[in-house]
Amino acid sequence: MSKKLRPLIVGAGPAGIRAAEVLANAGIRPLVVDEAPLGGGQIYRQRFVPDERTPRDLYGSEASKATALHQTFAALADCIDYRPQALVWNIGPTVADIAVDGRSRRADFTHLVLATGATDRVLPFDGWTIPGVFTLGGAQVALKSQGCAIGDSVVFMGTGPLLYLVAWQYLKAGAQVAAVLDTAPFAAKLNLLLGLPSQPGVVLRGIRYAAELVARGIPVHYGVAPIRVEGGARVTGIAWREAGKESRLACDAVGFGLGLRSETQLADLAGCHFIFDERDRAWRPERDAAGRTSVPGVYAAGDGAGVAGADAAELAGERTGWAILQDANLPVDTMRIRLLEKKLGAIDRFRSILERAFPFPTAWAAGLPDDVVLCRCEEIAVADARLAARQQSVVEINRLKALTRIGMGRCQGRMCGTAAAEVLASSCGRSLEAVGRLRSQAPIKPLPLDLTGEEDAA
Amino acid sequence: MALLKRLARRDLAIIPFTLDGVPREGRAGDTILTAALTLTEQLRHSEFSGGPRAGFCQMGACQDCWVVTADGRRLRACTTLLVPGMDLRTRPEGQS
Repeated sequence: MSKKLRPLIVGAGPAGIRAAEVLANAGIRPLVVDEAPLGGGQIYRQRFVPDERTPRDLYGSEASKATALHQTFAALADCIDYRPQALVWNIGPTVADIAVDGRSRRADFTHLVLATGATDRVLPFDGWTIPGVFTLGGAQVALKSQGCAIGDSVVFMGTGPLLYLVAWQYLKAGAQVAAVLDTAPFAAKLNLLLGLPSQPGVVLRGIRYAAELVARGIPVHYGVAPIRVEGGARVTGIAWREAGKESRLACDAVGFGLGLRSETQLADLAGCHFIFDERDRAWRPERDAAGRTSVPGVYAAGDGAGVAGADAAELAGERTGWAILQDANLPVDTMRIRLLEKKLGAIDRFRSILERAFPFPTAWAAGLPDDVVLCRCEEIAVADARLAARQQSVVEINRLKALTRIGMGRCQGRMCGTAAAEVLASSCGRSLEAVGRLRSQAPIKPLPLDLTGEEDAA
Repeated sequence: MALLKRLARRDLAIIPFTLDGVPREGRAGDTILTAALTLTEQLRHSEFSGGPRAGFCQMGACQDCWVVTADGRRLRACTTLLVPGMDLRTRPEGQS
């Protein structure tokens, strides 16, 4: 029976690797497709070439988790089919189109695990396309994978655990952190104390990061609203408003992010039903506690299925592995499954606390100046979205896309989708849920025009 | 002036390449983005405003870091490893 199973796992981060491990242990050979050259995902991203830094230098308190995950994946090499640097660019019923090395191959699957991860959730501000402005995740990739700071004097802005983590990592690596600008008020941080009983390690680590930043004399400002990033050829400074007062600081780089947003395009193409998650202010594939989506045989795990972090991704990935075995009537470890679901439940409750400690700036979009670029790809202004809402009575985001091209550029709404929905909702007076979600289109990322076709990947 | 600042990996093997017509050096394990932005300030110019761009997400999502090679290929700088002999163009005058 197990010989007939051909699971396809998209993504080799914490969720994808743990799903693959369960299947391989059951004698099933999954196909694992990942865009990166090496497994680990974003948070446990591996270096391409070893260097002088230790895992502790790279992953800090999470070094043992990172190393364990990398070792697990390395040990799976003979038990899985692994396609690195490969993009699943389309999904049909039981078949995937995979672009690898200039060729497109088709792979049949019986089960699909979507472990597609997340990227930074961003909103626009004046000057956000100037060289030197990167996402928080991008600033972290530069440091961990490439050993580079994004500038000589870096301001980190936004909110979320990553804001303080990346600032602290830069500090530890010897970079100059000019300031941390938190868009959430200081009082919101007191919510973290509610998380002490359930996740003391995470909370205390976060407090330590902030305390060390302050102890090293790095200015930390709360309740910040960005006015503009200054510069032409590159960043020269940042101006913001705080308690009604305008401030300015010279810097040559800005790392920016407002939490994370899930990569859900493949779940959409696979036909999964989506639900609106009020906490994340975003749509995500509906799934049960085991990761089963609304489509039989399609599972979603990790941040791509709703943002929950790397620990949850490992647990949820493993849980989907077990779910595939359960759904194929194969033996499973029910004690283990119960434990996984219990731990995932605890993390989910903690996520609500984190969201209160690092709240999304809900008033930001409505207050954006008209001339700010909303769509980075095609440089479409906030004004265009507002005009469409006011003059053409647009109340739905795909209609907005059709009329303005917002969300139609090369990033396909990854960078502007959050802002487009927020601006449209505030302009037309509807809820974020009511304006809907951008429909996904294949190919989900740009493909070379000379991509050649080839049947079957096996 | 460089946009990115190397804090580590300075002693890795040298990878020679060409950037805007000038012979340059990267390090083993560099992405194109790293190799270019530790030497210069931009990767491309917007097709719409002409404004300079240097990438944004560094994880293959924003599509803001595509560079052009001398033979006209397009490469996503943040997800493409630097290979010896690459001939990269970041300025409009270099694209002709």
